Parts: sequence; structure tokens; C-alpha cells
Amino acid sequence: MEQFSEMLPALPEIILAVSGMVLLMAGVFGPRKRAVGLVTNMTLAAFIVALALIAVVSGGSATAFGDMFITDQFAIFMKVMILAGSFFAVVMSGDYMKNEGIARFEFPILILFATVGMMMMVSANNLLALYLGLELQSLSLYVIAAFHRDSLRSSEAGLKYFVLGALSSGMLLYGMSIIYGYTGALEFDALAAAFGEGASAGVVIGLVFMIAGMAFKVSAVPFHMWTPDVYEGAPTPVTAFFSVAPKIAGFALFLRVMLDPFGALVSEWQTIIVVIAVASMAVGSLAAIAQRNIKRLMAYSSIGHVGFALIGLAAGSLAGVRGVLIYLAIYLVMNIGAFAVILSMRRHGDMLESIDDLAGLSKNNPKMWAVMTAFMLSLAGIPWFAGFFGKFYVFMSAIEVELYTLAILGVLASVISAFYYLRIVKIMYFDEAAEPFDRPAGKSLRVIMWGSAALVTFFIVYPAPLVNSAGVAAAALFAG
Amino acid sequence: MLQIGLGHYLTVAATLFTLGLFGIFLNRKNVIIILMSIELMLLAVNINLVAFSTHLHDLAGQVFAMFVLTVAAAEAAIGLAILVVYHRNRGSIEVEDINMMKG
Repeated sequence: MEQFSEMLPALPEIILAVSGMVLLMAGVFGPRKRAVGLVTNMTLAAFIVALALIAVVSGGSATAFGDMFITDQFAIFMKVMILAGSFFAVVMSGDYMKNEGIARFEFPILILFATVGMMMMVSANNLLALYLGLELQSLSLYVIAAFHRDSLRSSEAGLKYFVLGALSSGMLLYGMSIIYGYTGALEFDALAAAFGEGASAGVVIGLVFMIAGMAFKVSAVPFHMWTPDVYEGAPTPVTAFFSVAPKIAGFALFLRVMLDPFGALVSEWQTIIVVIAVASMAVGSLAAIAQRNIKRLMAYSSIGHVGFALIGLAAGSLAGVRGVLIYLAIYLVMNIGAFAVILSMRRHGDMLESIDDLAGLSKNNPKMWAVMTAFMLSLAGIPWFAGFFGKFYVFMSAIEVELYTLAILGVLASVISAFYYLRIVKIMYFDEAAEPFDRPAGKSLRVIMWGSAALVTFFIVYPAPLVNSAGVAAAALFAG
Repeated sequence: MLQIGLGHYLTVAATLFTLGLFGIFLNRKNVIIILMSIELMLLAVNINLVAFSTHLHDLAGQVFAMFVLTVAAAEAAIGLAILVVYHRNRGSIEVEDINMMKG
């Protein structure tokens, strides 16, 4: 029993991994007709169980597997967001998959395995554990990008994602091997201790490789080239999933690696992160202006948002990390909501992806128009809506550490990006009405839409829970 | 007699890694070559890890190399599977033909 109690901190991951394997069996040997529904519901149940277990084992920090695995407040905060993102991605996928004729039971299971990988990444306390979590996530994601296997666009998205993802894993790994060679350690604590007395040139080279690999995973410029193609080609629920959960996990990894083992080397990496942040904001806001496909537009929008969130990391302070966490939580809600609307864009049974198809939504479906307007204004960062506060906290943290130029460039990029969000609002309100959309089959999309719209709109009334828990989570990262 | 030391291994690894990197970016012919380049990069990392591990008298590096080998196998399997699916839809695996989406 002693061995069991040692593994207790990793219980949510173990439960998820085991249920993933059980569900594979259930899918293959279970009732053929009901397999998809059964596995989907069981996956959602597994997510809820994992969430409950995270709440139970929370409190303080604990390690497992010889200090390779750590759960602290930071990991818990991130895991809750990741599980929420995965949960809603699975919920939203149901109707779409049935409509496209690709409702297979492997889809929720792959999301489940990707989620296990992400949770391991978040909790990694060792370069080896980090790599394994990252690969478990990436390998599952490559497959679900190509999940619509009879569609050329989907398989091309999968191929592009695979090639560039493997390249980034290779770079990350090469960086890790150099770091290992120069310090002789893989554990984060030992690395932090080794870097306390300054860094040699070799360590800096390794660090640059690792930053390149991780920037790729969060799709920051100049490693963003896969994002628009993959977001456009992948099935829409997969795009919704890609835009939230893996991005949050990538950020968790970025924050932990930069501030825990490399925390003493802030002066070495701060400039790199500043450049990446500015470039991401610029590309995100300028390139999106020319896009007509809404999934591609959301891809550039997400690149821009990554840039804003990286400002908080560039600050490298407690307030900065808290800002990133608040930003990611708000981004999660906004994106899930926006994709729920995109998934409802269907006419005569066909999915629509052009932003011009939204024309006249205010007359055809005033309710959907209202929620989409809330999401667009929030993504643009218009005050009153939640998106504004996400940006506010990261900009303030940059000003606190005297990164004035970065904060000013951030505000400028935010103004430019407002253009294309507001253009969608304009198309929905002023343009000639097209035929109305089909009514969504299930209630789930509408519930998600209204729920996230309510959160985005009324965050201003009661921001304390999110701001406080983000503060606690950020403090945990600086405690060790 | 030339003594082969850590520096030589690292040079070989760095060369292989660079070859893999260029193989991905400069290759205009065939996606299979990209898969081979990816393997080359991962193997370069393995040489690095094992060389450092021997140099430091620390086993962790060799354990890491074992894990990298395993993951590389899984990655190759998934890569080839996606490639087969792509070939079925497109009828070609030329790098220049992977151009459905642009902008």
C-alpha cells in the first residue's frame, strides 16, 4: 500500500489513462451501434471524475515518482482549465461529427489521451517527464488533426502538423540534451541550483533551442506557420480543441520551465521572449485582416493572443504570471464560446466557414448575434467585457517591471486587432441578410454559447474568484 | 593516435542534427525524406545524450535515450499512417503538392 500512497498525487492522470485504455476495449468489443455515444459519455464522465479528484488532492504541493511529477496550486489551476477545454471540445463535437459522417469512438479517446499528456506536461518536474507528457499530447493531436480521413484538407492539416510538430520536438529535445550535458541534471530543482551561479554559453544555446520548441507548441511567431493551415484544415471541433487546451498546456510548460529551472537566467531569456511576444502580436493583428475564412481568422487571432499572454511571461514577475493565468482563463471561455457559434453556422446541412456567411445574423437570429458580438468585443479587448481585463493585467505587469515599449506595442497591436473583430460585428449587423442558419440539433451548443457569453459579459461584476485563484497559483510557481 | 573524445561525438551529433534540419526545409521532392530527416534529428539527440551520459558517468542520459527511441518509433508509425491517409486523398506525396491551404 505504501507504493500506492506514493502515487496518490498523480491519481487523476492515472484514472484518466486507465479509463482511456478501458474505453478503447469498450469501443472495440462493446455494442457496435451505440459505441460512439457510450464512449463519448464515459469520456466526459472520466473528465468529471478527474476534475473532482484534482479538487480532492489539492492543497499544498506534493511529488510522486521520485520527484518527477509535481502537483502544486499552479498545476491544479492549469489542469482545471485543460480539463474544462477538453470537456467542452468533446461536448461540442457530437453534432458536427455525426453530420460529417466521422462519428467514431476513437475521437473522444484521443482527446482523453491528449489531455493526460497535457496534464503530465503541466506537472512535469523533470525534463524526461516533460518530454514524455509533451509527446503523448502531440502524437494524439497529430491524429485528431487528420481525423476526417476522407477529406484532403484534414489529412493535409494532419501531415503539416506532424512534420512541423516533430521538428519542434526535435529542437526541444536537442536543447534538453545540451542542458543535460552542461549541468549533468534533468531534475528541475537541480537545474535551478546549477543555474544559480550563472550560465555558460552552452546552457544559453540549449535554452534557445528549448524556447524555440516551446514557442512552436504555443504557436508564437516565428514558429507559427503551421497554425493557420492546421486550424483551417482540421474538423471544426478539433480546431476548437486545438485553440484552447494544448495552448494552455503549452503555456503552463513555458511558464514552469522558464521560471522554475531557468528562473535565475531571466536576463538571458527576457529579450528573446519580448521579441517573440511583439512579433506574435504584430503577425496576429496584421495577417488576420486579410482573412475571409473564420477558422483561419481565429488562428491568427490566437497567434495574437499568445503574443499578449507572453507579455506576462516577459515580465517574469509574480504579477506577470498571474496576468498570464487570468488571460488564459478568459481566453478559454471566449474561444469556446466563439467556436460554439462557428459550429452553429450551418445552412441546409452544410458547414459554413466564410465570415461573409454571418451577414445579417442580427435579423435572422438576434440571440446568436448578441452572443457572437459579446465574444468579438471581448476578443478585441473592449472595456466592460472580460477580454479587456486579461489584457489589462498583463500590460500592468509589463509596466511594473518597466517594459514600457512592450506595453505600448501591446496596446497598439490590440487596437489594430480590434479592426477585424469589429468588422465581423459590422458584417453581422449591417450587411445584407443571407438565408438563416439551420437550428442547431442539440441543446449543448446553445448552453455553451449562453454560458460563456454570460461569463464574458459579467466577469466585471465578480472577478475576485478568478483573480484570487490565479494569484495563489502564480505564487506557487515562485515558492519553490 | 587520435583520441576520440566528447567533442567529436558532439560534432557528429550537431552535424547530423543540422543535416536533418536542412533535409526538412530544403527538400522539395518527397515527404518520406522529411520523415527520414526527423529520425536523423532524433538520433542526433540520442548521440548527444549517450555521449554526455558516458562523459558525466550519469545513467540518466542513457535512460533518456531509450525513451527517445521508443517515442521516435511511435512518431514514425503515426507519421507514416498520416502519410498513407494523405496519399489516398491526394494521389501524391510530393512536397510541392501539399498546397491546398495558403495565405
